[in-house]
Parts: sequence; C-alpha cells; structure tokens
Amino acid sequence: MAIVSLRGDWLVSEICVDRGVSQLLQGVLRLRGIGFQTDELGHWDSALLVFLSQLRQASAQYKIDFDESGLPNTTRRLLDLLPVTEFSAAPDIGKSSIAQDLGVQVIGVWAEIVAVTTLVGEITLAAASVVRGRTRMRLIDLLTCVQEAGLEALPIVTIVNVLVGAILAFVGAIELRRFGADIYIANLVAIAVLREMAALMTAIVMSGRTGGAYAAQIATMQGSEEIDALRSFGIPLLDYLILPRVLALVSMMPILYLYGSAIGIVGGFAVAVAMLNISATIFMTQATGAVTVAEVFFGLAKSIAFGSLIAIAGCRVGLRAGRSAADVGHAATTAVVVGIVGVIALDAIFAVCANTLDF
Amino acid sequence: MTETQARLQVKQLSVGYGESIVQHDVSFTVAAGSIFAIMGGSGSGKSTLLQALIGLLRPSAGSVCFGREDYWSATQARQTEIGRRFGVLFQSGALWSSMTAAQNVALPLEMFTKLDPAAIDALVQLKLSLVGLDVGRDSMPASLSGGMVKRVGLARALSLEPDMLFLDEPSSGLDPISAKRLDDLILDLCHGFGVTVVLVSHDLESLLNICDDGIFLDGKTKTAIAHGAPKALRAHCDNPSVHAFMNREQPALEGAGHGR
Repeated sequence: MAIVSLRGDWLVSEICVDRGVSQLLQGVLRLRGIGFQTDELGHWDSALLVFLSQLRQASAQYKIDFDESGLPNTTRRLLDLLPVTEFSAAPDIGKSSIAQDLGVQVIGVWAEIVAVTTLVGEITLAAASVVRGRTRMRLIDLLTCVQEAGLEALPIVTIVNVLVGAILAFVGAIELRRFGADIYIANLVAIAVLREMAALMTAIVMSGRTGGAYAAQIATMQGSEEIDALRSFGIPLLDYLILPRVLALVSMMPILYLYGSAIGIVGGFAVAVAMLNISATIFMTQATGAVTVAEVFFGLAKSIAFGSLIAIAGCRVGLRAGRSAADVGHAATTAVVVGIVGVIALDAIFAVCANTLDF
Repeated sequence: MTETQARLQVKQLSVGYGESIVQHDVSFTVAAGSIFAIMGGSGSGKSTLLQALIGLLRPSAGSVCFGREDYWSATQARQTEIGRRFGVLFQSGALWSSMTAAQNVALPLEMFTKLDPAAIDALVQLKLSLVGLDVGRDSMPASLSGGMVKRVGLARALSLEPDMLFLDEPSSGLDPISAKRLDDLILDLCHGFGVTVVLVSHDLESLLNICDDGIFLDGKTKTAIAHGAPKALRAHCDNPSVHAFMNREQPALEGAGHGR
C-alpha cells in the first residue's frame, strides 16, 4: 500500500489538469493499493477531483486497490458522483460509404418531391372546394393573411419598383443618347417593367418578406406544440394554416404586380422628364405605343406563378421544420432562398417559353 | 377488467424516433372513468408514449385501442373521429398564439359544430369559468401567466365535450397552490362528467392524490417496470427504481454506494 500525500492548494487556476496520471501508475505496476493522507491539504476545487478520478480510473485499469478512506468526507461524496470507469465514447455509428450517403440523399430528395407534389394537389383540391363554397377555412384567417401579404407590403413594393423604373431610365439613357434615340427610354422602361422587372422584383421582395414570414410562423408553431394541438383536434392544417396563406399571396401578387408596374413606369417617367429632358407627352405616347395588353397578361401569369411558388415553399419549409429556436431561423432562411432561387428559375423558364413561342 | 369497462387498451406498444426506441413492449388498460398515471423519471419516454396514444406519433409496434377499435389501423377519417372524442392538454399549454384565450376555446366549436355564435360564446364562457379563469379571457396567450395558459389549455381540451382527457404534465411550472387547485379540478371533472383521464406526470404529490391506477416507465430498460395505483406502488413496490421515485430517495446504484 502506497500512501499519496496531498498537500497545499489544488485549484484549477493554479494546477495544470492533464491526463498523465495513468503513466504515473504504469511505473509502479507492483503496487497493491493506494491510500491517502490529507493533513496538509489546503483549498481544493475540481482540480483535485479530476486528479483523484483519473487516479481511480487508472487504478481500476491496473487492478490496484483504491482506498479513499483517507480523503475528506466532502471530497468522497463528490467523488462518488463520478464514474469509476472512463466515460465511454458515443457509440460508433460506423462510417457510411459515399454510395450510401448518395442513396440517402436521393431518397430524401424523392420523398420531398412526393411531399411537395402531394401538398400542391391538396391545395388545388382545397382551393376548388373554396370556389364551390364548401370549405372549412375561416374567412378571418384569409383576411388577416390578405392584409399581411397585400396592404402591408405596399410601402416596400413601392420603393423597390420606383427605384427599378428610375434605374432602367438611367441605364437606357447612357446607350440610347449616343444614337440620339433618347425618346426610346420610354419604350425601354415600359417594356422592361411590364414584362420582367415588376413581376420579378415584387416576387423577390415578397419572398423575403412574406415567404420567410410564413415559414417562421409555422415553424414557431411547431416548437410551441400549436401544430400538435391542431392535429390532436383533427383541425386540418391545410384549411387552417396553409390555404389562407397560399390564397392570400396568390390573389395579392397580381394586384401588387399591376401596382408595381404602374409605379415603376412612374419612376422611369420622373427620371426621364426631370433629369433627361424628355417631354412628358412624348414619354407617355412612346410608352403606351410600346406595350401590348398581351404583355400585361404575361406579367400577370408570371406573378400568379411566383406567388404560388413563394407561398407553397414557405408553408412546406415551415411544416418540415424542427422544434428549436435555431430551426425557426433555419426555416426562414431556407424559405427565402428557395423562394428567390425558385422565382428566378421560373422566370427563366417563362423567358425561354416566350422566346420559343415568338412572343 | 372486462372489455366493456376498458376505455383505452394498449398492447405491446413500442415507440421511438427513427431507429432509436424510446419505450418497448408497454401494455396497460385504462378503466372508464378512472384517472390513470403514466409515471417515470425525466427522459423515460412518458411524453413520447403519450404522443403515440393521441395520434401524433405512429408507434413502431403494438396497438392502441379506444373501446374495441385500434386507432393506428383505422382509416384516417376514422382516426380523426376517434381523436375528436378526446381532449389533450399539452405540456406548454400550446395555445394558438394568434388568438385570444376565448377564441382558442371557441375554434374547435366553430370548426366542428353547427352551433350559432351566441351558443358557442355561452359554452366558451362556461368552460373558462369551470377552469377558474375569471380574468384575461380576451387576452392573447403571450400575456397570460403560466397557470392561466394551463387553465385555458384545459378549457380548450374540454371544448368538444370529450369523454377522455390526456394531460401532459399539467402541474409542471405551477406553484403548489395552483397545482393543488388543478388537481382538484381534474378530480371534479372526472367525477362530474365521467371523463377518463390519462395523466403524464412526475409530480409525486398530485400522482398520489388523484390517480387510481398507473404505469411506471423506466428509462434504462426502456419499458414499463411497474403497474398499479401510485399509492400502492409507494407502499408495496419492491423495484428499487420505483421505490426510490415514490419515496424521493436516491436509488441504491451498484458500485456507487456511499461509505465504502
């Protein structure tokens, strides 16, 4: 039996806690037991416990008797709380191969495609039942969502579209001036705004504003068990949560598009008249001559498609979110990213189709 | 216990998330009109088991029968019908945060009954009075205290006149007096309306006071290690974990005893 004499202060701030204890014992393998003497022990904290715990683990490993009777009572009680053997590391899940990872990913993507397709189908059926007047959706929910996605979005839609119209006028002026074709700034602004920019910019704004909000709202409801409460009552999430949001955004987007177009052209008009010396009458004549009704319908169709995409993406991302605060942030980010990338990709498809159809 | 008396029958139920099993091979019967406790320490899987009972988590094996009908093998429409006959109080209260307390209680009535608004309002006020919520009926959940949220949650669980209530830790986060009032309320509801109550809790006091029967889940062996009324378990159960839980002692663990 060897007696370890513990002396002086054992404080974390002064002693380097390391894992050298095992080697210490290795040198004295013949040792039968370890005891302690603590008459001169000063202040101590976790540092002493780490040392004793390591010593106990090492002595268990080498089958050395660990006699803690010499330790102060308070130390022994704390030491009793610690495991005699080392903490076992988390079970090795096993390394997965690349093929396995790829397989899991592909299955996940496929499951998501199925889920989104199902959701789109269910929303379509539910929307049809709204048209037939047989829905369980509450009008108040729809109106609240319409207010959020329509009226409250007006300021930011105004700012963005006015600026885009103004920027288009400036950019057009640089090149058109060289050819003395200043008056075509009106054509440029009108066509670009109606065909592309109003629908696209409004959709991007709404994706960041409303799509992200949908995802965050629904994800928060997951965390606070509100979704569980709805499900336990058998209240369909579709009628209560999803349909009002999708319908609100899909019905508000075309209106916002028309408003955004008008205000965008106003932005271009202001720049052209005030800073580029184009007369107001000429601008108006040029602009109205440049656009056709078909172009407005093209923009309307796009804005409806963008609206559905943003709303469905927001709801779906929210529904599949986890329950923690971090999951809410993640859901909001994902919804915005999916919304913006999706809208631009969809716009590209529209552009290709329009080109193919010579429109 | 005969089949007719049993309100809820759980047979060889296994629950878990993905590949990890939380509880397996759990069987018990809840008699109609009784208060049944699901007991166990923190992390033993009580709430997960409850999720499988109320239809939120599909069990990996076993059956959950209400009366004679197995919930998990029923069609979705039928599941919704069964589900509508029980009320659930969630651990956090889970009030819908975009509505006032009164609207929370009213929503299920608006969704599933054809009552006119005046009748719904009368029922809502009745339910809120039953649970003792005198103020804050038109407040949003965020401005209610923890005890009030629980009360509104209970009123909402009662909104569709359920014959069965599932309560997830009803007294957690409440002061002793509020907890006692909630216990009394549960007893009154059970005796008055003949509601069967399944209660998840580790509040020893309320377990001993109100429960007629129960089951004790163990987190280590991942199954039920004792059946019976909390009072009886306290007096007679030999299992060291159950005994320790019921008497608030530290369990005698192997190799870590005191005074070696």
